[in-house]
Amino acid sequence: MSTEEVIPSGQLASPGRHGSDPLIEVSGLCADYGFGAGAVHAVLDVDLTLRRGEVLGLAGESGSGKSTLAYAITRLLRPPGIITAGRARFDGSVDLLSATEHELRGLRWNDIAVVLQSSMNALNPVLRIGTQFADLLRAHRPGMSRVAIRERSAELLAMVGIPADRLTSYPHELSGGMRQRVMIATALALDPAVVIMDEPTTALDVVTQREILEELTALRDRLGFAVLFISHDLSLLVEIADSIAVMYAGRLVEQGPAKAIFRSPRHPYSLGLLNSFPSLHGPRRTMEGIPGSPPDLRTPPPGCAFHPRCRYAFDKCQAEPHPPLLPLDAGSRAAACWLQDGTRTRPDELALEVRP
Amino acid sequence: MRLIMRRVALYVITAIVAITINFFLPRLMPGNPALTVLGKAQSAESPQAIAALEEQYGVQTKTGTWGQYTQYWDHLLHGNLGTSLNAYPASVGSLIRAALPWTIGLVGTATVISFVLGTLLGVAAAWRRGSWLDNLLPAMTFFQAAPYFFVAILAVALFATKLGWFPPSQGYDTATLNPGFNWAFISNVLDHAVLPALTIVLASIAGWIIGMRNMMITTMDEDYVLLAEAKGLPRHRVIGYAARNALLPNVAGFSLAIGFIVSGALLTEIVFSYPGIGYLLLNSIGSDDYPVLQGIFVIITFAVLLANLLADFAYAFLDPRTRQEA
Amino acid sequence: MPRLLRSPKILTGLCLSVAFAILAVVGPYLAPYNPNANASTTVGIAQPPSAAHLLGTTQTQQDVLSQLLVGGRSTVLVSLVAGVVATALAVLFGVAAGYLGGRADDLLSMLANIFLVLPALPLLIVIFGLLGKGASPNDLLIGFIISVTGWAFGARQLRAQTLSMRARDFIESARIIGERSWRIMAFEILPNLVPVVATSFLFTVIYGVGTYTALAFLGVINLSHWSWGTMLYWAQNAQAAQDVHIQWWWFLPPGLAVGLFGTGLALLNFGIDEYVNPRLRAAGITGRQARRAGLPRHARLGLTPVLPAREPVLEAREAAR
Repeated sequence: MSTEEVIPSGQLASPGRHGSDPLIEVSGLCADYGFGAGAVHAVLDVDLTLRRGEVLGLAGESGSGKSTLAYAITRLLRPPGIITAGRARFDGSVDLLSATEHELRGLRWNDIAVVLQSSMNALNPVLRIGTQFADLLRAHRPGMSRVAIRERSAELLAMVGIPADRLTSYPHELSGGMRQRVMIATALALDPAVVIMDEPTTALDVVTQREILEELTALRDRLGFAVLFISHDLSLLVEIADSIAVMYAGRLVEQGPAKAIFRSPRHPYSLGLLNSFPSLHGPRRTMEGIPGSPPDLRTPPPGCAFHPRCRYAFDKCQAEPHPPLLPLDAGSRAAACWLQDGTRTRPDELALEVRP
Repeated sequence: MRLIMRRVALYVITAIVAITINFFLPRLMPGNPALTVLGKAQSAESPQAIAALEEQYGVQTKTGTWGQYTQYWDHLLHGNLGTSLNAYPASVGSLIRAALPWTIGLVGTATVISFVLGTLLGVAAAWRRGSWLDNLLPAMTFFQAAPYFFVAILAVALFATKLGWFPPSQGYDTATLNPGFNWAFISNVLDHAVLPALTIVLASIAGWIIGMRNMMITTMDEDYVLLAEAKGLPRHRVIGYAARNALLPNVAGFSLAIGFIVSGALLTEIVFSYPGIGYLLLNSIGSDDYPVLQGIFVIITFAVLLANLLADFAYAFLDPRTRQEA
Repeated sequence: MPRLLRSPKILTGLCLSVAFAILAVVGPYLAPYNPNANASTTVGIAQPPSAAHLLGTTQTQQDVLSQLLVGGRSTVLVSLVAGVVATALAVLFGVAAGYLGGRADDLLSMLANIFLVLPALPLLIVIFGLLGKGASPNDLLIGFIISVTGWAFGARQLRAQTLSMRARDFIESARIIGERSWRIMAFEILPNLVPVVATSFLFTVIYGVGTYTALAFLGVINLSHWSWGTMLYWAQNAQAAQDVHIQWWWFLPPGLAVGLFGTGLALLNFGIDEYVNPRLRAAGITGRQARRAGLPRHARLGLTPVLPAREPVLEAREAAR
C-alpha cells in the first residue's frame, strides 16, 4: 500500500495535526548506567513533551543518550540502567516511573508501542509471524476468537503491504524490508497513541528506507498516532518530523519546529550536524565535520559539554555550569547555548533566518 | 532434511569405524590377548567352541585378514556377536538381550527426568537471578564433578543402609519374586529402581541446569525478549520466548552428553548390582570375557548413535531455521 | 590480571586445583605407611579412624590415608597428561581445520565428529581390557590413551573460533603480506584463542579424572597401581557402603578427593567463562551503596529500577527554577 505519488521533501510532515494535549511529559529526567563512582551519566536533566498526533524527532550521535532516553521513559532500559531523577507522565495521569508492573503491562503496546532498530533480532526466530501476532492480540484482547485474531493479523499485514499468507512464515524467510514492515504492523496492532521508533530504517538500503518512510507517513495520516522518531540522520528527521530535539552528551541542546531548525539552527552542534550533510540543491560548499569526538560520559568536561569542540566557545562556556535550555525568539524554540542568552551578538551563522 | 541426512551419514561412518576398531584391537594388542583367552579356554571348552573362538580372533590363518573382516561383518549383520567365554555356551547376544531392557529402562527414564527438570531449574535460575537458586550452583558443581558411582555409593550408604528407605541392590527381589506382569513385581522393580535413577539424575542434572541458565542469560539479552516485554505479554510468555530459543543449544548438547550419561549409568549399575549391561560389564572384565566386552561395546555404540539421531530430529523440529538450507 | 583473581569462583577454583597439584607431588612422601602394608593379618573388618590410622583402615588393614596420598599422584598425573595431550591435539586439529578449510577441514571435522560420537568409556574399557590387567601400567601411557578419546570436543570449539577469526581483517592482511599459513596460525590466531584453550584444557582434565577413576573402579587398570579409583574398587568390592557399619572412612575420602579436584577445576572454568563473557557476570547493580539506596540487586527485564530518593532532587530543581 505504498503511496504512488512522489512527495517532495520538506512536506512529508503533515500539517496541522498537532492536538494540544500532551501525551508524554518528561521533566528533569536523569538516567545512568551503573551506580556510584563509575556510573555513566547517559541522560541528564531532559525535559520533553510529545503531543497527540505529533512527530517528534530525537537527533544525536551514537552515545548521545537518545535511545537511553526513549527506553528510560518506558522503563525498558536494560540492566545496569537506572533512572536517577525526574518525572515521566503519560496522558497527564499515569506516572510511568512509579507504575507497578501490572500497570505498565496494561499500558504497553495498548498505548505506547516500540519499533526496534534491528528487525532481525526483534522477531522471535522460532515462532511463525502469525503466532507472534496472536500472542500479542491474545494478551491484550482476551475475548478475541481465533478467527478474529487471524482476520486482524491479516488486516495488519495488509496495512503494510504484505500478503496474508506470510502469516505462516518464519522471520528468517522474510527479507529485511518485510521484517521491518512486520515490526511496524505489530506496533500498530492495538492502535496505540504513541509509537517510539528507534532508528527503524538505519539497517536498510536507501530504496527500502524511502518506501517504509512513505508507508509510515501514510499510516500516520490515517491513524493519527504520535511518533517519537529517534535517528542520527538529521536530514531524515527534517523531512518527517514536526518538531526536533537535538541531544548531545546526554542533554537536550536544541529544540524547536523541524523546519525552523533546518533553516536557522541556533546551537553550534546543530549547525555542525546540518553542515555535515550535503544538500542536493544550492551552491557547492566544503564539507565540514565536527572536530573532536563525544566526551566520556563518566567524566564530562566542565561547563558546557560541547565547548571543547565548539568553534564559538568563550570563557563563560567553561566557567559556568552547563547552560539550560534558553527560550528563543517566539514560539517553542530553545537552545542550550550562552550565545543565545540575548546579551551577546551572535555569530552570523547562528542568527540566520534562513540558511543558504 | 539435508541436515538429518548428513547426520545419518556421520552415524553410519562412525558405526563402521567403531566396528572396524573392534575387529582390529585384539589383533593389535601386544601379547595377543586372544592367545591368552584360548589358552584358558583349551581345557574347558569343546572343540567347536575353540574353533569358533579361533575364527573370531583370527588365530587360524586359513582366511586372510580381509576374509576374517568380512566374516565378522557377516556375523554382525546376522546378530551374531560371538559366544561368551565365562557363561559358555551362552551367546553374547543372549546375555546382552537379558541385561539390556534393565539398562534402557533405567537410563531412559532417568535421563528424561534429569533433562526436563534440569532445563526447568535452569530457566528459573536465570529468570530469578540472585535468588536462592544461585546458591545451589556450587553444590551442583560438586555433584557434576564427582563420579557417578561415588554418588551411587553415597546414595546407598545414606538411603539404603542408614535410613533403610530403599533396597541397596538388585533389580528386584530375586529371592521372593518371579518376573511377571503383576503389580507386586512391577512395584518391586520400581522400588529397586529409585536409588539408581536418583543417582543418575543427581549426577547429570547440574550440567543441564548450568547450561540452560547460561544460555537463558545470553538469550534474555536479545531484542525479541525485550520486545516481548515491551508488548506487554504476560510474564510466562516472555520467559517462554527466551526459553524456546535457549533450549536449542541444550538439545544439541544432549547429543554430546548422552555418551557420558550412558557410561555413568553403567557404573551406577555396578554399585547397585543392578542386572543391566553395567553389571554384565563388570563380570566380563573380571573374567576376561573378551567376546562379551566387545559385544557390549558394539551395542552401546549403536544405542548412543540412535539416541544422537533422535536428538537431531528433536533439534530439527524445534529450530525452523534448519529446515531450509537456503 | 588482578581483576581475574578478584572473582570468588576463580580464587576458590585456583586454591583447590593448586592444592591437589601439590598433593600429587608431595603426597607419596607424606604417606605414613606403605599403602600395601597390612597392619594386621588377623582382623577382618575395616577399622574406623584412630590415632594410628587417621583415616582408618581397609578390610585388609591397609592404611586409607596412605592409599589416598599415594593414589593422588597417579590420579592427578594421569588427568594432567590426558589434558595436555588432548588439548595439544585439539589445537592442532581444530585450528588447522578452521583455518585451512576445504578438504582438510572436511576430513578433520569428520574425524572429530566420529570421536565425539563414539562412546569413550566402553572403547577405553575394551582397549585397557585387552592390554591386560597384568601389564605394568604407566601413568603417561594411560593418560595418552585417555586423551585420544578426549580431544574432539575442544577441537570443535577451536575450529569454530578459528573460523570466525579467519574472516577478520588482521588475518587477511597477514595473508596478503605473504605470511605463511603455519606462522599465521601460531602467532596471529592462537594468541587470541587462549581463553578457549584454557577452558578446553580444564574441561579435558576434568574428563581425564572422571574417566581414569571410572576405569580403575571397574578394575580394568592393574589393581596394584594405586589411584583413587582403585580405592573405590576395593571399597565397593568389600561392600563398604552396604555394610551395616557403614565404612564411610574408606569410600568418602577418595570420592571426595575426586569430586573436590573436579570442582576446583570446574570453578576455575566458570570463572574464566564469566571473565570472557561479561554478560554471565552479575550484571546487576552491584554494591552495598546501591542496595542501601533502595535499588534491587538484580533488575528485572522490562522494569528499569527508579531511584527511590529522586523526589527531593526534583523538588530542589523545581524550586530553583
